[in-house]
Amino acid sequence: MKKCIVSVLMLLMPLVGSASGGAGNLDKVYIDVSDQPSLQRGARTFVNYCLSCHNASFMRYERMATDLGISETLLREEMMFASDKPGDLMVTAMPAAGAKAWFGVVPPDLSLTARSRGADWIYTYLRSFYTDESTTTGWNNALFSNVAMPHVLYQWQGARSATFEGGGVADVSSVRYQSVVPGTMTGREYDAAIRDLTNFMVYLAEPAKLVRYEIGFWVMLFMGVFIVLAYLLKKEYWRDVH
Amino acid sequence: MSKFMTWVDERFPATKVWEEHISKYYAPKNLNFWYFFGSLAMVVMVLQILTGIFLTMHYKPDSSLAFASVEYIMRDVPGGWFIRYLHSVGASMLFIVVYLHMFRGLLYGSHRSPRELIWLLGMLLYVTLMAEAFFGYLLPWGNMSYWGAQVIISLFGAVPGIGPGLSEWIRGDFVVSDATLNRFFAFHVILVPLLLSLLVYLHIVALHKVGGNNPDGIDIKKDKDASGKPLDGIAFHPYYTVKDNLGVAVMMTALLAVVFFVPELGGWFLEKDNFAPADILQTPPEIVPLWYLTPYYSILRAVTFDWLPGGAKLWGVLAMGAAIVVLFFLPWLDRSPVRSIRYRGWMYKTALTLFVITFVMLGYLGTRNPSHVDLGLLKNVTWSQIGLVVYFAFFLLMPIYTRMDRTKPEPDRVTGQ
Repeated sequence: MKKCIVSVLMLLMPLVGSASGGAGNLDKVYIDVSDQPSLQRGARTFVNYCLSCHNASFMRYERMATDLGISETLLREEMMFASDKPGDLMVTAMPAAGAKAWFGVVPPDLSLTARSRGADWIYTYLRSFYTDESTTTGWNNALFSNVAMPHVLYQWQGARSATFEGGGVADVSSVRYQSVVPGTMTGREYDAAIRDLTNFMVYLAEPAKLVRYEIGFWVMLFMGVFIVLAYLLKKEYWRDVH
Repeated sequence: MSKFMTWVDERFPATKVWEEHISKYYAPKNLNFWYFFGSLAMVVMVLQILTGIFLTMHYKPDSSLAFASVEYIMRDVPGGWFIRYLHSVGASMLFIVVYLHMFRGLLYGSHRSPRELIWLLGMLLYVTLMAEAFFGYLLPWGNMSYWGAQVIISLFGAVPGIGPGLSEWIRGDFVVSDATLNRFFAFHVILVPLLLSLLVYLHIVALHKVGGNNPDGIDIKKDKDASGKPLDGIAFHPYYTVKDNLGVAVMMTALLAVVFFVPELGGWFLEKDNFAPADILQTPPEIVPLWYLTPYYSILRAVTFDWLPGGAKLWGVLAMGAAIVVLFFLPWLDRSPVRSIRYRGWMYKTALTLFVITFVMLGYLGTRNPSHVDLGLLKNVTWSQIGLVVYFAFFLLMPIYTRMDRTKPEPDRVTGQ
């Protein structure tokens, strides 16, 4: 019996680890969706900056406020710029046709970016902007070369120029930044702000994440008791089988 | 109560069926761990049907609404995320238990005479299940759903002559579109589940006609007591109902652990690319089916020989089809005088071990870029080609090595578990 279980586990071994490899060289971000102050700070950044152009069209303001412990007054006064109904979906005020004309692309919906790109990707991307005279916005990104998005948070981070080792193509693993214009935040403060924003986007991609671990714990406890009872029942019934 | 049952029994064979298939159906007493997976497959299938019904209440089979309706289920439907994860994890769990159930057959010779029909019906179930999974995978209308369907349907284009028309007929359009989504929805929620239910019924009727095999691979109906009950048999109910109950408890714990703690399982159960909506202009960097289909996908991609008449694609599709078809012939390829691996010789044991390693390897390679080196030494495509040879050798050489193999004598009565 034991041998059988071990052999099944061995068969499943290759399943451990990631199926989709993922781009290497991403900076690792520490995600903790139970850190409510961090989620609140991230939410503030998100509605003030990201939501000006991007949608989070699968998410409702009210749900965010409830989950993050934000009062309705605060939500209405400080966080809802494109709508006055808390039950509304978080959509940008910028018209899609205008966005297409101004940026060349409609900015992607951000509801699920943390699940489609991953948290590390977002964290690295938002910390990889540099000035580049050859692009229309004057900005470029070491992770996402020639991206249409300008550096929205440049006032925080300041402007940086970049050189790439060996003079090669833009790549996060070989980039060296030099500060051109200092921002209002230190490097560490900026990293912390982006971490909060990333943390919020992980929540945004799957609001159920806030509850599923805790429910899961109780379900496991219940199943543990159920297994013991099921085992004892089986043993009792099988006493006369020799 | 008994008066009521008499009334019913005079009009419908309720007690007769209950006794024949449950309370007086005698199963071997030595069934071990590997015999859990049949009942588990049925339990997961019921779970899929139940969760599927709830998903259908909120899902919209429309290419402009489908993706958003899944997110609506994940966020706005109370408990919707739980139902959706049960369904997505359940799909993978169903294939896990089905693969282990099939492996049990190879271990103890459950496919051998007189159980060939059980095996054939089981294989039909397996193929139908793959179709069910394929149709269902398009429904979330994610980018991998879209491109996965695009690739698989285009395979039918390799059929000489009618190919292009055939894939157009399947899609209902020149590309995967709303028409495709709608028909796949119909197949996924009505047609294929009906077929699956019918096949499960036939699979069990065939099983109960000849009786189940056991880890010793011997016939328990030879030795019966005065009342006609097999000496080594025990009633399915209550013995195996309480035992299977334990199996269900353990499996559900594993399933729920994934649902609550790692529903994507690192991209194996829910792929990253599928959290972006279907986009006809944006091909994912690597188009791969979910893990349960990747062994065959590997075989498809292993055929790269363009000098073959008709082209590599046609032969790849044929090889992939043959890899599934050859499984149907297993009862007649196996010529060993014994059923169970316990009494087989080193040849079958070695062949089976190699086959399992190969199958897992092909499954893994099906998710990787063919030109990369992930297993050391050789390119992934070369390993797939080696895997293809081993896969087919296992079946095609089976009549030879199972006959040559030095087997041990089978016991008269069943031994332990």
